[in-house]
Amino acid sequence: MTRSRPSEPDEDSGPTTTGGGGGRGRTEMRVIVPLQGVVQGRGGLVLGSVIPCALFYLLQLYFKRHRSEPTPPPQKLTEVSELNRSLSRTHLPARGSSAPACVSTRANSIVKSSDSPFYVGLKRVSEDPYDELSNPEGVIQLGLAENKLSLDLARDWLAENAKDWILSGGGSSGPLSMGGIANYQASDGLVELKVAVAGFMSQVMERSISFNPSQIVLTAGAAPAIEILSFCLADTGNAFLVPTPYYPSFDRDLKWRTGVEIIPVPCRSADNFNLSISALDLAFDQGKKRGLKVRGIVISNPSNPVGNLLNRETIYSLVDFAREKNIHIISNEIFAGSTHGSEEFVSMAEIIDSEDLDRDRVHIVYGLSKDLCLPRFKVGVIYSSNENVLAAAKKLSRFSSISAPTQCLVISMLSDIRFIQKFIQTNRERLQRMYTKFVAGLKQLGIECMRSSGGFYCWADMRGLIRSYSEKGELELWNKLLNIAKINVTPGSSCHCIEPGWFRCCFTTLTEKDIPVVMERIRKVSETCISPR
Amino acid sequence: MNHSRSRRNPTREPDFPTAKPPSPGGSSGGGAGAAMRLIVPLQGVVQGRGGLILGSVIPGALYYFFQLYLKRCRSAKPNSNPPSPSSSSAQLADLSRSSSRSNLSSRGSVGPVRVSARANSIAKPNASPYYIGLERASEDPYDRFDNPDGIMQLGLSENRLSLDLIETWILENLERSMIGGADGNLNISGIATYQPLDGMMEMKISVEHLLSLLTLQHDLAIEAEVLSNLLVEGDSAVVMYWAVAGFMSQVMGTTVSFDPSRLVLTSGATPAIETLCFCLADQGNAFLVPTPYYPGDMKWRTGVELIPVHCRSSDNFALSVTALDQAFNQARKRGQRVRGILISNPSNPIGNMLNKETLYSLLDFAREKNIHIISDEIFAGSTYGSEEFVSMAEILGSEDFDKDRVHIIYGLSKDLSLPGFRVGVIYSFNTSVLAAAKKLARFSSVSAPTQRILISMLSDTRFIQRYIETTRERIQKMYVAFAAGLKQLGIECTKSSAGLYCWADMSGLIRPYNEKGELELWDKLLKIGKINVTPGSACHCIEPGWFRCCFTMLAEEDIPVVIKRIQRVVET
Repeated sequence: MTRSRPSEPDEDSGPTTTGGGGGRGRTEMRVIVPLQGVVQGRGGLVLGSVIPCALFYLLQLYFKRHRSEPTPPPQKLTEVSELNRSLSRTHLPARGSSAPACVSTRANSIVKSSDSPFYVGLKRVSEDPYDELSNPEGVIQLGLAENKLSLDLARDWLAENAKDWILSGGGSSGPLSMGGIANYQASDGLVELKVAVAGFMSQVMERSISFNPSQIVLTAGAAPAIEILSFCLADTGNAFLVPTPYYPSFDRDLKWRTGVEIIPVPCRSADNFNLSISALDLAFDQGKKRGLKVRGIVISNPSNPVGNLLNRETIYSLVDFAREKNIHIISNEIFAGSTHGSEEFVSMAEIIDSEDLDRDRVHIVYGLSKDLCLPRFKVGVIYSSNENVLAAAKKLSRFSSISAPTQCLVISMLSDIRFIQKFIQTNRERLQRMYTKFVAGLKQLGIECMRSSGGFYCWADMRGLIRSYSEKGELELWNKLLNIAKINVTPGSSCHCIEPGWFRCCFTTLTEKDIPVVMERIRKVSETCISPR
Repeated sequence: MNHSRSRRNPTREPDFPTAKPPSPGGSSGGGAGAAMRLIVPLQGVVQGRGGLILGSVIPGALYYFFQLYLKRCRSAKPNSNPPSPSSSSAQLADLSRSSSRSNLSSRGSVGPVRVSARANSIAKPNASPYYIGLERASEDPYDRFDNPDGIMQLGLSENRLSLDLIETWILENLERSMIGGADGNLNISGIATYQPLDGMMEMKISVEHLLSLLTLQHDLAIEAEVLSNLLVEGDSAVVMYWAVAGFMSQVMGTTVSFDPSRLVLTSGATPAIETLCFCLADQGNAFLVPTPYYPGDMKWRTGVELIPVHCRSSDNFALSVTALDQAFNQARKRGQRVRGILISNPSNPIGNMLNKETLYSLLDFAREKNIHIISDEIFAGSTYGSEEFVSMAEILGSEDFDKDRVHIIYGLSKDLSLPGFRVGVIYSFNTSVLAAAKKLARFSSVSAPTQRILISMLSDTRFIQRYIETTRERIQKMYVAFAAGLKQLGIECTKSSAGLYCWADMSGLIRPYNEKGELELWDKLLKIGKINVTPGSACHCIEPGWFRCCFTMLAEEDIPVVIKRIQRVVET
């Protein structure tokens, strides 16, 4: 459509510099007869610009409606060029080289989306992973949100029970019987698994909330759960408010295929990175000014990367805010069972449980990957009481359903209540111990961390170590940490943190005896950083 | 913001000059001095040589950008009053509504929160007889002993003929596959963690083991690259790729070898097709799909249109390139951009296969139009006739075609009778598509325990070989018995040599020869005959009276029951 326009100004751009000569205008008269009269008449400039404007406007409207327009030349141009190409192609000696088939623009943008340091770091570690014995010079992984502290518990359980699970599969009534494992089922998960997951969730959240299995949709991991909600709550071009710093993969999960925008809501160190309603309000208004329709707020509670929890007061004011603006809330509570401080975790499910009208706007994302140390089992949960969302999500779950053997295995694991109880408790204790040690280690180096009571991370303040107080300085330090110290942490800029110099360190992939190694490595870098000052 | 300011110029021009009469000649010289100050930038242009052309092009272009801007942002701020009164007033209404809401007494009556338009359209109950039938049959399923009056399921494409083989294998091998090798070491971390760090060695050994088993000559150098990609992207383990690639070669004929680095695994074939749709077409683009085709839901999230290309019974429902060409041109006339052809080979529901010649002409067509081909070969291992199945991969392997435009879909649900396992495969030669699909795999990944089971199942080549052979024999036997039964009732089926279906011609049984008559018969079959089949209209078949009957859900002794039930309906 735009092709014809540039050509016209080009033709005329030369003459315009010579300035207004009346005589030359006449030679062109024939060419532009219809409007000439208008311009030279009383309408003059006014009509001379209004008429083409109007024509252009209508043309655009028409384009928008139909997309195909036989009369406008630009469309024709592209068609002609395409025809030529295809003609020449048939003339080619049968099967030969031809223009490459292009992929969709959205695929291109996904391919090209430059990997943030978050992904670059992960890749580096996978190429050269640290191992105490076999590769002591390797890169230590502090960038991946994975909990290896309690892996032994899960391992023991499987060792003890996998046999039973397999044996019981033999009977026609067992969970593994062919009728159960191999046939098509509802794609949103077996009812038994929903019941088990609901029970697990209320156990993890330690409150008297009961989760209704019929309000659960199971997906193959938390990422598709977030994506499906994004599809269901917002249309292309709409936006979500997301408090920063946020989980780096939100950019993929919320935006990639859905065409939804993220409006960051900056939280600052001065407020301990707590969410403030006034910042939300500001971001909402700004979004509106930019013409974005805000459809919801996406929060992580316990927050990732900071690790703080939303208190009840904040939650209620969030709900008030959402009601006032008539928008949704997606609460990502994937770390609900990995809290380790004394603070109380309050789930959004309380709202779904208690409030009448607002329950329709609150949606919870959960998963077993973090709290049960089973990331590769890929079990994600959408919990909502909005019937439309549930109906749509159930249908969309066919694009990311959990395979039957995994469902059966998880059912039997979750139904072992004694094991689960012990697991959650032990896991919390271990998390806390590691957290305390890791923070103490950093403190000895003069690096303070935000107070955290949930999740696998320390949110470390290395502002003192960066040379220029900017994103560039932060990435320089990250680069040094990765290449000199050989530890992979996630820089705050990958989490869209507004203040430079913050780093997310995941301490749950380490063992206790790795901590001194990590500290020693950081110290090496920090000394080189501090000395020039 | 700068934009908006300059944009204001053209829109306001009308007001100012009209207020000031002294611009009589317009194009002639100095008299326009008073107006000059207001419209200096354009004045010079108009009076100069550019004259009318620039005088109209510039405001036109400005208008164009303004429209673009509006389209992007949707909100028209008060400063843009003239062109979009409707949007600004909508904005105002919104504002007043939200402020009145905040005045309400805290938690009170508020308008219900809305979901997205796409969710609304998805959430609507599905009226297709395909889904209605499935639901009805699942509510009251036939069982020879427990529920002999229940509904017999012929609508679901599932193969239960060889379940016993799978069951036996799982019973014998599951423990080994889940718990680990002969040394008895439990290898849970491979299952449980993102990065099977301690599983790496084991994986390498496994790959070599697989290689020797499958006698595939692949370049091991690929492995390191794939490995790092996979670990970061979090989709499936490498071994799984090798195992699936080996299985595909086995199923599709020994001459084809599949490169594991060109595979992307998804949780089922449905997400595999959807992912490809995302990668190959943008919203509003279209795919050509020969009818009758399997009822899918590709449009939901991708916004891609499916243009039916009708095949007719007079051609044995074979695909013709002229029909494709016609559909392509029609779509173009409508202004739709066609990005590809979506075929299923062996076809679902008919069960015929595309021969080499057709495949070549399809490729020629795709090259001529510069579009993609998605070939759904999910039934490649379920062939039983004398006809030979030719995979797109085979053709591309043998000749130097432009491979970038061909993408193959595969899955283990049909050929391995494991729908519950949900493993789908994208096999593509296009590096961009592969890169995008691998990144998108995070939204539909296969879980680790399932991969474990499959790896050991697929690397048991002896079992797989025997399984494929036995299944083919059993499908053929059932097909012959079922088609013969229908023939006794005077119902002919198209010749089929693959898949799990009979495509039965019941056009003689429908009273008005149209879709309504077809659905009436379908309803009778469901309610009186108590069998659930899929009517042709659900498969977008252009001719009424055809029905898809999946016979692999039945046991052999069920066939007389089915035929009797159909007879009951036929007689009425």
